Amino acid sequence: MKYILRKLGTLIITLFIVSLLAFSAFQLIGDPTTTMLGINATPERVAELQHELGFDRPLLVRYGEWLVNFVQGDMGTSYSYRMPVAAMVGEKLPITFFLTIFAFVLTAVVSIPLGIITARREGGVFDRVMTVLDQIVMSIPPFFTGILLTCVFGLILKVFQPGNFDAVRGDPLAFLLYMLFPALSIAIPRIAMTVKMLRSSILDQMGQDYIRTAYSRGSDRDMVLWQHALRNALIPVITFLAVSVAEMVAGSIVVEQVFSIPGIGRLLLASISNRDFPVVQAIVVILALWVVVVNFLADMLYQYIDPRIRLN
Amino acid sequence: MKKKINTQQKTNWFLYVGGAITLFMTALIVMGYLWTPYEPNAMDASCMAQAPGLAHLMGTDNFGRDIFSRVLQGAGTTFFIALCVVAIGAVAGTVIGGLTGYFGGWGDEVLMRVCDSITAFPSILLALVVIAVLGPGKWNVIWVLGILFIPSFARIVRGEFAKCKHLNYVKSAHLMGAGHIRIMVRHILPNILPVLLPAISIGFNNAVLAEASMSFLGIGVSPTEASLGRMLSDGQAYLLRGLPWYALCVGCTIVMLILGFSMLGEGLQQRRRR
Repeated sequence: MKYILRKLGTLIITLFIVSLLAFSAFQLIGDPTTTMLGINATPERVAELQHELGFDRPLLVRYGEWLVNFVQGDMGTSYSYRMPVAAMVGEKLPITFFLTIFAFVLTAVVSIPLGIITARREGGVFDRVMTVLDQIVMSIPPFFTGILLTCVFGLILKVFQPGNFDAVRGDPLAFLLYMLFPALSIAIPRIAMTVKMLRSSILDQMGQDYIRTAYSRGSDRDMVLWQHALRNALIPVITFLAVSVAEMVAGSIVVEQVFSIPGIGRLLLASISNRDFPVVQAIVVILALWVVVVNFLADMLYQYIDPRIRLN
Repeated sequence: MKKKINTQQKTNWFLYVGGAITLFMTALIVMGYLWTPYEPNAMDASCMAQAPGLAHLMGTDNFGRDIFSRVLQGAGTTFFIALCVVAIGAVAGTVIGGLTGYFGGWGDEVLMRVCDSITAFPSILLALVVIAVLGPGKWNVIWVLGILFIPSFARIVRGEFAKCKHLNYVKSAHLMGAGHIRIMVRHILPNILPVLLPAISIGFNNAVLAEASMSFLGIGVSPTEASLGRMLSDGQAYLLRGLPWYALCVGCTIVMLILGFSMLGEGLQQRRRR
């Protein structure tokens, strides 16, 4: 319990620091009135807009207000579209999170069995092929994987129509098929990393003393692997997978661009180029929240599987 | 999972193949600085959108520009940025990690917590935010990524310094009257090179990936400069128009660059473990 409270404390402090940094970074680069009104605006109009946006008050006061509003779900108003940021973000967020979770499920479902098989056949042909393949696959950036998948499945095999996300909106099955390819682009390098990690983790466990003891009690190889080694070997892999969920969001920002998916990544990039900072700020804080919460859950999961962490 | 006793040194294929790819790519890039088959921006109306062939190794784009020449130039930019990023990260990381690992104390605690919080966030996300504030451009990308790369180096170096400072050779150097700086630079640093070298190689691989991703998203180098990421983004538009070789050639160049360094890093790590 003490452990959980301590971790929860760190989580809140981190979030506080991140939000303060994000807020001040975007406030310090100056007020957006020139961009919004153009260079020919009268000083009165500029002062009026500055007052309207709150730029005539101290930074900390503005931060306090922004934080209170943010917690209540009011993320401010977009400079470019003059509409509530919460509505804009709320519309895109589910798409990105769906993509991330989809990629995560694919990674977990494919990599764990593959890792076990490669470790079981250590030194064999399958293992060697997988080792080389892993290294190559890890070197392919997700956006290039996306382009290759578009080329093969979109243009040659015509399984989906690249760039036409709107056509699949209403149809759950077509939507799932369309999302499969971006999810794969994010998942493939992660699968390679996880397979490599699980393989070496299992082999590491198989060399431990308790495995020798298990053998000496008459267990055969499969029993030793499934009942003893795998449990311990999975601990670091599960943490890695949990932390991957945080990084997959970043991956999805890039991949959304390849497949023209109107998620949070596209909104973020568009807002950066429009210098629409309330939107950028809100997205950054939401993604930071996601990263910090996922890391917290990974910590909790870790100490649940391995009680030794708690004792330390 | 039979236990085999290894009596023979296995060939470290990762090291040799990775080294060969890296050497080949570096040679190509150096060549690109000195000479390209065509002027990278020269348009030629007589050979627009040609498939790869003998005259144009990677074909030409819609304006008749030679893709191979442009790839050489773009790879040069990407390589230069990655080189600077790794240099900033490795030098600053080694200094910070060395000092905190060697002296310890509260400075060590604070800096390591800061490093932990930076590494907890996906670096592309942090880079996006900083570029949003500073604006795109080659040097902004270099500084942002360089600073983001410091924690990973600092952590590795700190661990090694903290371990080495208790070893006998450090104690005896101290007894012989060597000062802290001398011990750190002349005695400990050469001993941690086997750990630092793979980290540098893997850092290079990550830097190429990060720069390519940022330029692909249009927040990396400025539009006037060639970069592999930006070219791949252009190539994607050609892909939908039925000219796949642009994207494929550029993408494969990025993969070769990353693959070389990642295999080299893996090979160096394997050599250390033996």
